[in-house]
Amino acid sequence: MKIIIQIVIKELIQVKRDPKLFRIVFMAPILQLIFLGYAANMDVNTVHTAVFDQDRSVSSREFIRNFEQSGYFDMDYYVESYKEIEDLIDRGKVLTAIVIPPEFEKSISRRQTARVQTIFDGSDGNKTSVALGYMQGIAAGYSQNIALNLINRTGAVNSLPGNMVPEVRVWYNPELTTRNFMVPSIMGLVLMVITIVLMSMAVVKEREIGTLEQLIVTPIKPYQLIIGKLIPFIMIGAVEVLLVTSIMTFWFGIPIRGSYILLLFTSLLFVLSTLGMGLFISTISKTQQQAMMVAMFGIMMPMIYLSGFAFPIENMPVLIQNITYAIPLRYYITILRGIILKGVGLADLWQEILILFLMGTVILAASSLRFRKRLE
Amino acid sequence: MFHRIYAIAKKEMRQLKRDTRMLAVLFLFPVLLLAIFGYAINFDVKHIKIAVYDRDRSPDSREFINTITSSDYFDIVDYIESDHQIKDFLDNQKVQAIIVFPQNTSRLLHTKKDTPVQILIDGVNGNTATIVMNYMNLAARNFSQGFNAEVLGRTGRQAYVPVDIRPVFWYNPSLNSTNFLIPGLIAMILIITAVISIALSIVREKETGTIEQINVSPLSPMELIIGKTTPFALLALLIAAMILIAGYFLFGIVVKGNYILLLLTTLLFIFASLSLGIFVSAVSDSQQVAFQIASLISMLPSTILSGFIFPIESMPVAIQVLTNVTPAKFYLIILRDIMLKGVGLEAFWPQVIYLIIFSAVFLALAAMRQKKTA
Repeated sequence: MKIIIQIVIKELIQVKRDPKLFRIVFMAPILQLIFLGYAANMDVNTVHTAVFDQDRSVSSREFIRNFEQSGYFDMDYYVESYKEIEDLIDRGKVLTAIVIPPEFEKSISRRQTARVQTIFDGSDGNKTSVALGYMQGIAAGYSQNIALNLINRTGAVNSLPGNMVPEVRVWYNPELTTRNFMVPSIMGLVLMVITIVLMSMAVVKEREIGTLEQLIVTPIKPYQLIIGKLIPFIMIGAVEVLLVTSIMTFWFGIPIRGSYILLLFTSLLFVLSTLGMGLFISTISKTQQQAMMVAMFGIMMPMIYLSGFAFPIENMPVLIQNITYAIPLRYYITILRGIILKGVGLADLWQEILILFLMGTVILAASSLRFRKRLE
Repeated sequence: MFHRIYAIAKKEMRQLKRDTRMLAVLFLFPVLLLAIFGYAINFDVKHIKIAVYDRDRSPDSREFINTITSSDYFDIVDYIESDHQIKDFLDNQKVQAIIVFPQNTSRLLHTKKDTPVQILIDGVNGNTATIVMNYMNLAARNFSQGFNAEVLGRTGRQAYVPVDIRPVFWYNPSLNSTNFLIPGLIAMILIITAVISIALSIVREKETGTIEQINVSPLSPMELIIGKTTPFALLALLIAAMILIAGYFLFGIVVKGNYILLLLTTLLFIFASLSLGIFVSAVSDSQQVAFQIASLISMLPSTILSGFIFPIESMPVAIQVLTNVTPAKFYLIILRDIMLKGVGLEAFWPQVIYLIIFSAVFLALAAMRQKKTA
C-alpha cells in the first residue's frame, strides 16, 4: 500500500514539474469546449442569396421582401443576367439565386401561376434542403395571402375547398437549435481526447527513456506499479470531468434536466474506458510516435465519426451500425443527451450505463494485464 | 547546399523505412478510415421512422398518410391507439415524429375550413427535426393542392396557385451529402499526418539530443527544414493519391476539375500543415507536450472549425475569426471547388494566397522561437 502511494506521489510530482504539460492538461479541455461549443452549430440561419428580378414590379418587390423579413435570407446581390448568377454560385458567394420571371405581376393578376425559378448550389446537400424548405414555406405563405385577398375582394368566402394545415409541436427542443444538442457531445469529445492522449504516452515514455527498466528491477510488484500508475490518471480524469461538466452548465448555461450526480458518475465511467484505451495503446507501441498515430487514427478518429455526435447512426449502413456498438463514446453521448436534454434517469439509461461500466472495466483490466505481461 | 539537403532527406527516408510499424499505420489507416467513414458519414435524412395516431379513420386521413409514405422520406413503423403511447414512443426514441389526426379531420376538411393535423417531432437533433418539419409541411401542401384540384374539378373550376417555386440544383442534383463530406475527410487525414509526423520527428531529435549534433554541423536551419520536410511532404502526397484512388473505386468520386491544379494545391496545403508541425516542434520540448499541442490544434479544430461539418457562417463572429487558424478551412474550399464544382483558380485564388501566407507566418514564428533556444 505504501509503495503504491509512493508511486502515485511520484507520478503527480512528475506532472506538476512539467508546467507546460500541466497547463495543457487542464487548460486545453476548457478552451476547446468553449470555442468548439460555439462553433458546433448546424442551424442554417443565413442563406446568402442573389436576386434576378426580371419583372421589377410592386409584386415582385413585395415577394422579395417576404424573404428578407423571414430572417433566413440575406439578399446580397441583385443581378441582371444568368451569367452573373453562374459566376456568383461558382465562386461560392451565394447558396441560391431567385429568378423572378418578367410576367410575374401580370400572371398573378390574371390568376395564372407565376413560376419562380430558384437555382441552388447543391454541393452541401444538407444546407440546401433546409434552405429549400424555408423557401417553399415563404412562397406558400405569399400565395395564401394573395388567395385570401382575392376571396376578400370578390366576397367568395365559401368558394375554396379546405386545406390540411400541419400544426407542428417540437418536443424537448422547441427552438430547434442545434447548440444544446452539440455541446454535450463536444464535451464527450474533449474529455476523450485529453484522457487518451495523456494515458497513451504514460508507459511508452518510460520505456523510451529507459526508466521502465529501473522500475522493473526494484522490489515493486507489477500490480503495485500498475495501480500506482493508474490512480493519478484517474484522479486527473475526475478533475477533467468536473471541469468540463461545470463549463457546460455554467458557461453555456445548458440546463441539466436530469440528475447532475448521475451525469458526473457516468462521465467517470467513460473516462475509465478512455484511460484503459490509452494504456492499451501504450503497451502495444514501441515509440511515442507510434503511440500517437495509433491513438489518433486507430482510436480517436473512429470514436469521433462513429459516435453519432454529428452524423446520425441510424443513417449509416447496417454493417457500420454494428461497428458503432463497440464505441464507448456512442453510449456516453446517448447518456449525456438523455440526462441533459430529456431529463431521463437510470430507469431509461441503465443499459447504456451498464455497457459503459463493463467496457471501462474490461478494457482497463485487459490492458493492465497486457502491461503486466510486458513487465515480467 | 543541395547535397546537404539531400543527405538529411535521405537520412529521414531511411529512418521512416526502418520503422515499418509506423509506415503501416501511415498507409493503412487513411484508406481504412476513408472506407469506413465514407459510408458512415452523411446527413441524408431519409426513411424517418414515424408513427400514426389516426383518430378519424376516414378516407381523407388515409389519403394523407399515403401521400406521406409514397416518398422514401418516411417509414411508418407503428399505428398507435392512445394518448399516453405518444410519450412512450418519443421518450424512448421509437420514432422521430408522430402524426395525430383529430376525430373530425374529414368533416372539417369538407366544410371548407383549415383542418389541423398535429405533428409531434422529437427535436433533440435540431437539424434532423428541421428537415422533418419541412418534409411534413411540403407533404401537407401537396395533399391540400391535390384535394383542392379534385374538389374544384368536380364543379368544372381550376385550382389556383399564385406562386410556384421551381428549384434547380447545380453540381449535386440528388442533394446527397457524402460527396460534400469526403473532401473534409481527406483534409483531416492529411493535416493530422503532416502535423504529427514532422513535429514528432523534430522533437524526438531534441529529446534524444541528436539535434545538438545537427546544430554544430555546417547545416543551416533552412537546409535542415527543407531536408526534413521533403520526405514527409512526399509521404503525405502519396497518402493523398491513395485516398483519391480509394475514393474513386469505393464511392465513385470523380474529380471534375483539373488534376494538376489539385496536385499543386494539395502540395501547398501539405506544406502549410508541415509548417504548423514545425511550429509545434519549436514550442515543445518533449514528445508528450508535442502530442498534446498537435492534437489540440489539428484534430478537433480541423473537424469542427474548418466548415467540414458545421457551416462557418452560422458561427458567432468571434469564432468565425478563429476559424482562420486551421489551414484545413481554406483547403476544404479549394478541394470542394475542384472536386465537386470543377471550377478553376479564378474561384479560389484568395484561399491559395492565404495558404501561402499561413505557411510563411508559421515558419517565421518557428524560426524565431528556434533562434531563442539555440
